[in-house]
Amino acid sequence: MPVRIRRSFRAPGSLAAFLFLAPFLAFYGAFLVVPLLLGAWMSLHRWELLGDLRAYCGSGNYLRMLRDPLFRSSLVHSAQFTLMAVPTITAVALFLALVMNRPHRLYAALRSIFFASGALSVTAVTLIWLMVLNPSRGLFARFMAALGFAPVDLLADPRLAMPALVVTTLWWGIGFPMVLFLAGLQQIPRELYEAAKLDHASPWTTFRRITLPSLRRTILLVLVVEVILQFQVFGQVLLMTRGGPANRTRVLVQYIYETSFRDWQVGYAASMSMLLLLVMSVASFVQLRLSRPGD
Amino acid sequence: MARTWARWLSHALLTALALAWMSPLLWVILLSLTPNEALARGDLAPRMLTTAHYQTLLAVSQAPRWFLNSLLVAGTMTAATLVLSSLAGYALARIPFRGRNGVFLFIVAGLAVPEQAIFLPLHRMFAELELHNTYTALIAPRLAGPFGVFLMTQFFRAVPREMEEAAELDHAGRVRTFLFIMLPLARPALTTLGIFTFLYAWNDFLWPMVSATDPDMYTLTVGLSSLQGNFAQSESLGFVMASAVVASSPMILVYLLFQRYIVRGMALGGVR
Repeated sequence: MPVRIRRSFRAPGSLAAFLFLAPFLAFYGAFLVVPLLLGAWMSLHRWELLGDLRAYCGSGNYLRMLRDPLFRSSLVHSAQFTLMAVPTITAVALFLALVMNRPHRLYAALRSIFFASGALSVTAVTLIWLMVLNPSRGLFARFMAALGFAPVDLLADPRLAMPALVVTTLWWGIGFPMVLFLAGLQQIPRELYEAAKLDHASPWTTFRRITLPSLRRTILLVLVVEVILQFQVFGQVLLMTRGGPANRTRVLVQYIYETSFRDWQVGYAASMSMLLLLVMSVASFVQLRLSRPGD
Repeated sequence: MARTWARWLSHALLTALALAWMSPLLWVILLSLTPNEALARGDLAPRMLTTAHYQTLLAVSQAPRWFLNSLLVAGTMTAATLVLSSLAGYALARIPFRGRNGVFLFIVAGLAVPEQAIFLPLHRMFAELELHNTYTALIAPRLAGPFGVFLMTQFFRAVPREMEEAAELDHAGRVRTFLFIMLPLARPALTTLGIFTFLYAWNDFLWPMVSATDPDMYTLTVGLSSLQGNFAQSESLGFVMASAVVASSPMILVYLLFQRYIVRGMALGGVR
């Protein structure tokens, strides 16, 4: 692109651009780039705040990750959570978007109900769900009692705690993928459906042959966005199970948090952050490729 | 006939589903209005409602202070984000200079950096500067996020050239063109960005939790989590639920008022 500098804009382009960009770049540099570099540097040190130890250790922290069973299990738990939450959220969001994609006023109201919980903070959401899942007085226990079942403490059950966290997350985060699906549905040309109608195609065939293929890109996008979001799960776990029962829900970000803020081993925690960054950058790159419109 | 029936059935089923979806929230609001005696008995539907828990919250707890902290932090963060993002976005979209694409990519790359990966070095930095438990620490690091710049750049790129050319004919300088032509045009984008920043700032959890350790500096979101420990006893149950409602209601209000912008912002956020 040829660079045209217009006479009426008296300041030279680069000086003006610098002045416009400088305020943001100052914050960006100081609080994103510098911490990133500092984190990489920290990850190469054995750095413990208790006892004031700081010594270069090369790849020592990264090798330690390989041998650390707690790191491995927290990575596995994050992956488990992601594998449970992402398909569930995607499927439920797709279902809700499909049935609510009607221009009726009732549906506009219903859609906003599903979006609304997304406006709550993680602390409010977890308070609500701790109460709902409370085994002695919660809504869930009453519901089970009404059906004749004994109350279960889901969050204290090693097998059920993770699914309970997934349900909480589903309730909290359904709005965003629903919006993406609704936007995707709006873009499917109406003519396709009219043609299907003329062919007397059944609703199921129409869904399978028209809706689903047209949404392929949106589905992929939602999956990647949700993987990025859910792999970094932290607040729900910290506030609802603290990683329990029996460490069965301790996730990666929580382990990073505990290693730095409970054990004060900031060097080791920084190396785990770097690993998280690497995984997330790859996923973000995929997202960027997917969401670029028009190819 | 059958079709009408099917339609009414699906209306009814979906309405029931939406009500069930909302029931945890409604129930918590109900609990926050239930007297302690009824909570102790475990009544599902109390015969009398009370605002006693809200009065306790106002009188005894630090919640009002936390509320003001949240308001100050979220408000400042929103205003600053709007200024920084529109300035930078305008330059990236409209001022030709060497290396523009490089700068844009450098900024967009920041979208891939998750907060969880840098909060630890950031915490060290603020600890070295002895800035924790200040409003500066709560606000400044959150202004580095590149999403706003990205959004505003995309917006300004889409503004027709003719708009500026008219200003040029009037010999308006760059600053005046930006202030009086571009910014007024950008009002919808700025509204979306502003609401998003406010929601995000109000609900922010990880950073304020590790940075603000002094209860006087808690935001409402962090303060609420500090109350969670004692919610099992029925004496404080209603109180904790009332604080959850107080912490959530501003966001529910923002959401109801600006739903249109929020939905549009979410769609933009995915399709970036």
